[in-house]
Amino acid sequence: MRHLLLILLLLAAALASGTEFTVTRPQQSSIAFVSKQMGVPVEGNFRKFTALITVNPAKPEAGTARIEIDLGSIDAGSAEANEEVIGKAWFDTQNHPTASFVSSSVSNLGKGRYDVAGKMTIKGKTLDIKAPFTLKQQGDTLVIDGLFPLKRLDYGIGTGAWGDTGVVADEVQIRFRFTVVAAKN
Amino acid sequence: MNDRYTRTAILLHWATALLIFAAFPLGVYMHDLPLSPHKLKLFSWHKWIGIGILLLAILRVLWRSSHRPPPLPDTMPRWEKIAAQSMHYLLYGLILAVPFSGWLMSSAKGFQTVWFGVLPLPDLVGKNKELGDLLREAHETLNFLMLGLVLAHAGAALKHHLIERDDILARMMPFLRKMP
Repeated sequence: MRHLLLILLLLAAALASGTEFTVTRPQQSSIAFVSKQMGVPVEGNFRKFTALITVNPAKPEAGTARIEIDLGSIDAGSAEANEEVIGKAWFDTQNHPTASFVSSSVSNLGKGRYDVAGKMTIKGKTLDIKAPFTLKQQGDTLVIDGLFPLKRLDYGIGTGAWGDTGVVADEVQIRFRFTVVAAKN
Repeated sequence: MNDRYTRTAILLHWATALLIFAAFPLGVYMHDLPLSPHKLKLFSWHKWIGIGILLLAILRVLWRSSHRPPPLPDTMPRWEKIAAQSMHYLLYGLILAVPFSGWLMSSAKGFQTVWFGVLPLPDLVGKNKELGDLLREAHETLNFLMLGLVLAHAGAALKHHLIERDDILARMMPFLRKMP
């Protein structure tokens, strides 16, 4: 009886604080990037990734995210680039097949804007990063959109001759979109 | 003055020639290189030179439309005059079409052209692999057509200078006139 009461209380609390969105729809989610080569913006993306996201639009600060990216699924803009970037000088996917991001906190910047802080691990190197994002709720789906710069050389991506930032710029713009829906009970 | 080209026409002609002599071998050399920073640099330089040629070509068409070239000598048979004129029109077409096809090809392959790394040119076609491959073929074919015509053009100029000993070449190279 006491347990039941507790469960009811928890349920009531959950209902009062809004719906949790926890199921990411891969079809409507993307992780894309723009690198600059000789001043030319070149678009790319990762086709395969998993995103475990929990977010409550009534309380976004409590949200969490754990993103894992299959680096071998990269499209770097051309067939020859795709072959090149999985190699040792770039992502070295043989030794580091995935990259990950694990959130540690979300802060509210106001006006529907938020900042997520967390740890990004690429090529065995883990660094603290911050990324701004927006939340848009459309009925039962929640769209998370964000854009942030990442310095590729911080992670040793594109070393040796490719370290020449006059050819491939150090800064890469990462654009992400996650479409999350509420879990059906 | 009407027996030779204007100073502007001469300058535009030789500037175009110089840029083509740089861009053509560069294109032949670079197109099959394995991906490297070196290759990305060469591709950009080739594209920058190509856009330079396109701009000069547009200037030349504008200049040519308001400045008649000196008439061909009456010693030339009619068919030769027609051949020479057709050749010139074809070359005008190619100095426009070759860089333009390269620009389109670059866009279709997903690599915008940013002149000198600072001035982005619009992508007139979107990224599309089939179109990119087709434009690559077109760019290559037009280039080798141009190579043939440039050789014929230079050969004809030399023939006029060395065999017919007329002033056709000197009209484009005024310093030749002072030679005995």
